[in-house]
Amino acid sequence: MTGYILKRLLSAVPVLLGITVIVFLIMALIPGDPALAILGAYATPENVAKINRDLGLDAPLVARYFIWLGNMLTGDFGTSFSLNRPVIDEVLDRFSATLLLAGTSFLLCTLLGIAAGVISAAKQYGWADKGITFAVLLGISIPSFFLGMMMILIFAVELRWFPVSGMKMAYGGGGFADVANHLVMPAFALAVVATGVVARLSRSAMLEVLRQDFIRTARAKGVREGRVVWGHALRAAMVGIIPVLGIQAGFVLSGAVYIEMVFQWPGVGRMLVDAILKRDILLVQGGVVFVAACYVLFNIAVDVAQSLLDPRIKT
Amino acid sequence: MQFLTLLMRNRLAAAGGIVLSLVVLLALVTPLLPLANPDVTDTANRFLMPGAQGHLLGTDHLGRDLLARLLHGTRLSLAVGFAAAFFAAFFGAAIGIIAGYFGGRTDNLIMRGVDMLMAFPYILLALAIVAALGPGLTNALIAVAAVNIPFFARNIRGVTVGLAHKEFVDAARLAGLGHTRIILTEILPNVIPVIVIAMSTTIGWMILETAGLSFLGLGSQPPQADLGSMLGEARGALITNPHTSIVPGAMILVIVMGINLLGDGVRDALDPRLRSGALTRPMPATRVERKGTIPDQGDGEAVLSLRQLQTQFHVKNRIYKAVGGVDLKVAPGECLGVIGESGSGKSVTALSVMGLVASPPGVITGGAVYFQGEDLVGAPYEHLRSLRGDKVAYIFQDPLATLHPLYKVGDQLIEAIRVHHPVGRSEARARAVALLKQVRIPNAESRIDSYPHEMSGGMRQRVGIAMALANDPEVIIADEPTTALDVTVQAQILSLLDELRRERGLAIVFITHDFGVVAQLCDRVAVMYAGRIVETGPTEAVLNAPAHPYTSRLIACVPELGGGRRRLEAIPGLPPAVDRLEPGCAFAPRCLKASAACREGDIALEGPGMRAVRCIHPEAELEEGVA
Repeated sequence: MTGYILKRLLSAVPVLLGITVIVFLIMALIPGDPALAILGAYATPENVAKINRDLGLDAPLVARYFIWLGNMLTGDFGTSFSLNRPVIDEVLDRFSATLLLAGTSFLLCTLLGIAAGVISAAKQYGWADKGITFAVLLGISIPSFFLGMMMILIFAVELRWFPVSGMKMAYGGGGFADVANHLVMPAFALAVVATGVVARLSRSAMLEVLRQDFIRTARAKGVREGRVVWGHALRAAMVGIIPVLGIQAGFVLSGAVYIEMVFQWPGVGRMLVDAILKRDILLVQGGVVFVAACYVLFNIAVDVAQSLLDPRIKT
Repeated sequence: MQFLTLLMRNRLAAAGGIVLSLVVLLALVTPLLPLANPDVTDTANRFLMPGAQGHLLGTDHLGRDLLARLLHGTRLSLAVGFAAAFFAAFFGAAIGIIAGYFGGRTDNLIMRGVDMLMAFPYILLALAIVAALGPGLTNALIAVAAVNIPFFARNIRGVTVGLAHKEFVDAARLAGLGHTRIILTEILPNVIPVIVIAMSTTIGWMILETAGLSFLGLGSQPPQADLGSMLGEARGALITNPHTSIVPGAMILVIVMGINLLGDGVRDALDPRLRSGALTRPMPATRVERKGTIPDQGDGEAVLSLRQLQTQFHVKNRIYKAVGGVDLKVAPGECLGVIGESGSGKSVTALSVMGLVASPPGVITGGAVYFQGEDLVGAPYEHLRSLRGDKVAYIFQDPLATLHPLYKVGDQLIEAIRVHHPVGRSEARARAVALLKQVRIPNAESRIDSYPHEMSGGMRQRVGIAMALANDPEVIIADEPTTALDVTVQAQILSLLDELRRERGLAIVFITHDFGVVAQLCDRVAVMYAGRIVETGPTEAVLNAPAHPYTSRLIACVPELGGGRRRLEAIPGLPPAVDRLEPGCAFAPRCLKASAACREGDIALEGPGMRAVRCIHPEAELEEGVA
């Protein structure tokens, strides 16, 4: 198993390098002189030269890439000019908030999605199945940012169950209960789409498995129907569900950008949007590479989970 | 055309299609409608509520008419979404076709790049592109299209790889056509349907994504507004004037939902598996719709007695009479062979006993199954379940498919025991090891922790037998347990079963298509054809003097070792389809002795003592056989 994990980690190296190349090339596409774009009205020749030196823009393209890569490997992602703060510090701060939000949503969509899919399949064509199918359709059709706004109207403004936005109270907040209270709405709003997708997939995976011969064997043994469905069938269906969970993690992470905007959540997505609007290139680069790298590592974890679940995979 | 009828039959998909068409139509005619100018501000009339004079949907934070803005925004959102889908499909398909057609190193290089792009959460890539190009609707469109290119490239490549080595492409190549020509004339026309389907499933998503980027302020810039940026601008007034948010948000929801409904309908109409209803899950027990009188048990010696059992498959308007009134009985310590070609209904008969026929489509429509004097047809599920595996156990064909692939064989055995007996795990495990030893699995103590895929076919079948024996059942129903095995393993398994029934006195119903196996193991045999028993009797008697023409032809099919050179007679023709059985003998169309009387009406299963045949021209006089 350790060998397998190492092997998967090694195979991630070219992917990670590829990500840095792609991000670097996209940023190199920036038309015109980035220094001018950054400085705007303050673009005196000295300032432009200084920015170009700071950003390493005076070197040839390939050399610039390797300087940038080398710096990143030592943990130096450069300095954000708009925040006047090391990029890595800002990214780490913001990413922890995103991780809390996206992680909670991911757990929610996994649990709710699989449960809904299993119930839907086990009660195929019954009222539960129809209800779930309709809810799923609604869930995958509603833009998460619109859903978030509607939740604010209903649950924060009308019912006053949860705070409107933010991650903690401005004064005297920040404890576990306070953050959890702030987390409920954004986490649900973010989880809805992914829950729908997971539920759909779980339903069809379960229907596929429930027709298999080994399910008939379990029934012939006298295994209780609950265990047939939630044990035998779900266990086999998970083999098809887990890889999709890896993909869904990417969707949750992506959706977090909108949800962070709607709920004023101080995460990495809002940071990126602000950075783009302020043309803070180093912050964008650093944020994108960091989050993408985390996502790649997460997918390795998913592969490992899959190999633990399915003994037929050679590790 | 057929596709369209199928699509329209799906009411939800039709509704989605209609709603979507309406929205698209509305967007197309928007410039012709008598609407206010969407960009003219009127700060005196800010935030008018829907229904206000001259403003059907009210006004926004700058006093602009919401209806006009909504329709123009819809127009823009649809246009951008379609454009993004088109560009993504165009470039994705081009990349996919090139990779798939040329293969080799080109393919490898391109697909590596595509995989790399797919390693990103899509929004990061889109944000990076917008960051580089700057905010704006065109740039948002480029970003959304670019992010979706890998998806198309991958799908189209898969299809192209399949096409690139088809005969017609080879023929074009041999005819000296250039690559471009082949791609355009031979490959592309075959790929286009796939492109269209992929577009229909992603377009809703692309509309959402561009709306999302606009919502973030990275897409359309004021005063121009698509639905996303309308929502983004309205967000500031969400709490004070929610209608300015609800109007564009609801429109996005309607559009995307329409597209999703339609897309699901398209997919269902194109996927033949969904069409035939094959993706239905079997219920825990077979459906029972018993009509007519319930037959009595008959003579009381038998532990299991099937009386006039009828099981049918109801598929759409067709009724397949898989089992058409079968009588069978088996006494303790006895082995009954049920023999017939595939499709004769022997397996369905066996599965009906414990309600294991997949349902839908299976339905038990008549007769009774008496186990120890109690009728099980229509018994409550919980009662049926308590008997399954405990009193009546099954051994199935093909143990690779019938054992759970992800559970250790030991755990499957332990579960079989613990379902019916409240013993501790360690005790159950000890019992499982003993069972594995009993079916002669070497190194039972270590093999118990193996997964099914780590065992040979013979070993797996032994596990299947051990599982059937786990609770010391009264009856074992073995459904072709040796068919998948080679001859030596088969012989071992058969002698094992024989020994067990002598030791334990259990009754065995042995289902097979092999007379050799019947001769070796069974006391009595019943021959099935088209869902009915056509002949029955002690094995010896049936084998030596088969009375039904079908039985004798079936026996003639069996090669005999050392039997000299003998013509092996295949039976001409095929068994009848059980959804349109003719009156009279079902074998008549294939029978050399068939006469008009054979096709007239029901022929009874008659004979002296234990022998019986359903034939008016039997091959031999029946003698009362002795078991």
